Amino acid sequence: MATTVELGVQEKAAKTQQPGRKINDFSIQVATVNGSGSQSANTVLLRSIFQMGVPVSGKNLFPSNIAGLPTWYTIRASKHGYIARKKEIDFLVAMNPETAQEDVMSLQAGAACVYDEPLNLSGLRQDIVFYPVPFDKLVAPVCPEAKLRKLVKNMIYVGVVDALLGIERQESEKALVKHFAKKKKAAELNTAAIRAGYDYALTTFTKQDPFWVERMNENQGKIIVDGNAAAALGCMFAGVTVVTWYPITPSSSLVETLIEYLKEHRIGPDGKATFAVVQAEDELAAAGMVLGAGWTGARSMTSTSGPGISLMAEFVGLGYYAELPGVFFDIQRVGPSTGLPTRTMQGDVMFCAFLSHGDTKHILLLPSSVEECFSMAIDAFELAEQFQTPVFVLSDLDLGMNNWMAHPFKYPEKPITRGKVLDAEELKRLGGFGRYKDVDGDGIPYRTLPGTKHPAAAYFTRGSGHNEKGLYSERPNDYVNNMDRLARKFETARQHVPAPVEEISGASKTGIIAYGTSHWALTEACDQLRKEHNLPMDYLRVRAYPFTRSVHEFIKNHDRVYVVEQNRDAQMFQLLKLDIAAGQVTKLRSVLHYNGLPIDARSVSEAIVAQETKSQEAR
Amino acid sequence: MSATSTPTPAPKTNHIGLTVLDYRGSKTTLCAGCGHNAITERIIDAMYEMGIQPEDVAKLSGIGCSSKTPAYFLNRAHGFNSVHGRMPSIATGVALANQKLMLIGVSGDGDTASIGVGQFVHLMRRNLPVIYIIEDNGVYGLTKGQFSATADVGSKLKTGVINDLPPIDTCALAIQLGATFVARSFSGDKKQLLNLLKAAIAHRGTVMLDVISPCVTFNDHEGSTKSYKYSKDHDEPIQEVGFVPAFENIDVDYDPGATATVRMHDGSQLRLRKLDRDYDATNRVEALRLLAESHEKGEMLTGVFYVNTTAPSFVEQLNLTSEPLARLPQEVVRPSRTALDQIMEELR
Repeated sequence: MATTVELGVQEKAAKTQQPGRKINDFSIQVATVNGSGSQSANTVLLRSIFQMGVPVSGKNLFPSNIAGLPTWYTIRASKHGYIARKKEIDFLVAMNPETAQEDVMSLQAGAACVYDEPLNLSGLRQDIVFYPVPFDKLVAPVCPEAKLRKLVKNMIYVGVVDALLGIERQESEKALVKHFAKKKKAAELNTAAIRAGYDYALTTFTKQDPFWVERMNENQGKIIVDGNAAAALGCMFAGVTVVTWYPITPSSSLVETLIEYLKEHRIGPDGKATFAVVQAEDELAAAGMVLGAGWTGARSMTSTSGPGISLMAEFVGLGYYAELPGVFFDIQRVGPSTGLPTRTMQGDVMFCAFLSHGDTKHILLLPSSVEECFSMAIDAFELAEQFQTPVFVLSDLDLGMNNWMAHPFKYPEKPITRGKVLDAEELKRLGGFGRYKDVDGDGIPYRTLPGTKHPAAAYFTRGSGHNEKGLYSERPNDYVNNMDRLARKFETARQHVPAPVEEISGASKTGIIAYGTSHWALTEACDQLRKEHNLPMDYLRVRAYPFTRSVHEFIKNHDRVYVVEQNRDAQMFQLLKLDIAAGQVTKLRSVLHYNGLPIDARSVSEAIVAQETKSQEAR
Repeated sequence: MSATSTPTPAPKTNHIGLTVLDYRGSKTTLCAGCGHNAITERIIDAMYEMGIQPEDVAKLSGIGCSSKTPAYFLNRAHGFNSVHGRMPSIATGVALANQKLMLIGVSGDGDTASIGVGQFVHLMRRNLPVIYIIEDNGVYGLTKGQFSATADVGSKLKTGVINDLPPIDTCALAIQLGATFVARSFSGDKKQLLNLLKAAIAHRGTVMLDVISPCVTFNDHEGSTKSYKYSKDHDEPIQEVGFVPAFENIDVDYDPGATATVRMHDGSQLRLRKLDRDYDATNRVEALRLLAESHEKGEMLTGVFYVNTTAPSFVEQLNLTSEPLARLPQEVVRPSRTALDQIMEELR
């Protein structure tokens, strides 16, 4: 007990005496071997900080492998609410012998490192605080079953980190009970492990690093959820009925989570399912099933990633021309094949915008947050039926597979609408209909569903060769009329997709456009630019394609506009170039990040400062 | 007009009061004499005679000459000419969205056994309720006469090219994978094909019907094993296929000793009268052996190879609610506000 007092005293002394303390503003990196149970330990650490009311984010950087390869988990605590990846690591937990030396060497001076004692890292550098912990010795007494020790060992570092950073141990234990909700034995074993690590650190170490977690009150009412689970919830509350998929990282957990939720909330009182989920033989089949179900009137969806999108290209083109609703989630990653499949990227923007051969263009929704994964899932189903066309939701690995803090999701207030569908009664009144006729001038035709009990309900669905009545035609006029109507329909969509979010001071002539997960680095980078370089920026976050008019206005109203994105080829930049007036194109600049890691603020602000300096020199 | 002229007789109707005209489609654009046109005619006859409401049918296809044919029957049914080799996935989506529809899918040998073999095998193993017809001529027609994967070894193209690779037997494949009604016919055998189609309509589960359907333009010459002449000469029915629909008087005269009767889901009867071999069409292993032997002997067997009326269909296995998913209202598909609150609480 004496030691507890000792650290308590030390902490108090530190609070009052050390002005160099870094409170709630640093990053922790845990380096482990994948398959070693570290994911549970990291989740507990993340939740502990979250429960202490401190804004926090966690990012899992993992290999394409089941067990045995290096993996890193980065936790960032930020009193400012910055939740993008922080480039610099302040506090390292080195558990992986393979990467330990390299991990230590990459730290900045002044960082701290907890490591597995046999790794003997303390001699590597003089400018780092080291805390060696004999994990194997500590795990043996708390975990009698030798084969479980490898898994329980990782929970010990949670206790060590708690003690060193001032994280309240009770919060870790609470987080652990939540994590192992249905596994009592695991919860008990791991609680003991946390305590063992905590006690060891208290009795052994004198705190020498400046990093502390202190209770705040920023997370009241908030939830923690990953983007894929959020999207799954959105799909369920959108009323999805047909779900088809083929397993692929990083998208699989979307449908897997959806299945769990559907089983819980969408089985009727008669025990019958109000949904169908099919694991298809490949993504081609998954896409075909979505369109077949959409044609028949069901709310249908699939979820995949880049390689799957490649396979869906032909069907999506048919969906565009035959005007079939369907929702396609693309949880973007690097690729193809074995090309960094577990790393994040905004790599499919151009590809999805024009997917398939011929003249095709598609509605894209671009969520930045887990809240938007939920709300845009609902938007996607509405738009797909309203516009009778495939709609893409472009999430990414960073958003989809990592845990994010969020405000609780809002229940959808708007009723479900099913678009322009004629039933037997309406057909009786109208006498018939032209499947591809623009009756209302918005480019959106009327359709009927198979099984409609009226002799004039049926029509024949095929590719682009049809006239207004849906009859086969290869006549040049019919083709052109149809293509022009489809273009008109796309123009109508501009007014119905989610509008951008703008932060405009009115004083700056320089703007930034970003989208998706780049947003979190952007808000921080804008602060850096303003505070450190006196470069105030206006910021527009694009949320959909086609672009609303306000995107054009934003570019028009600024002298230079930086388009920030996570790919090499400036895909959004290219898409904007195609859409804006020729005179505006030269205003666009590009800031790119494409190393497989989530984008960070420092990289963005440095790149913008460099370009701003250049353009000032040029003037 | 003279008072003595006889009144026009009322057109003949089926038991739901529709005429055969109500089952027709647009005019065919295929070559005169194409086997596919004969199959189209039999589909119209079968649907008419079975009294199927055309609006309750969905017609699906992939790409190719055969895949054009859904436009030539049942104009009052929704049709979908999809992409090459992918009709099975469209069919699956349609069946899930509305399990009350009757699905008829028309494919060809290229559409099924070459580009579409991946989706074909998975359709078969799911036992999705669909009548899957292969209009099988062993050749690509729309691209002017290349071999498909059902062409027999030694079969000769018009250009003189000989096929060296073994054919895929779609019937054997379907049986092995789990289809529950598997038969082969010949477009020139009106009676057998009509009865097979009627039985197909009565079946619940995947019907795989491979119909040899000669291509008069690219594969009807000497040396082809899918020509009219070759098919007529080699067509060897394994049984005489009879069908008695549920709404007709069942007591038709037949010899129970020589006829196996299969009771279909709707109460109708498929009657298989023995010809010169003893064959049990409910035995999967026997079916596969018969087909393997026929390959050895170079026979072109037709008839019902396998029928199983008890296996659950894919739609049954999914435990779907009785109302089609496509028509479920918001109250059913959007969980309550309380449900969302509860989920949010779990995520805190």
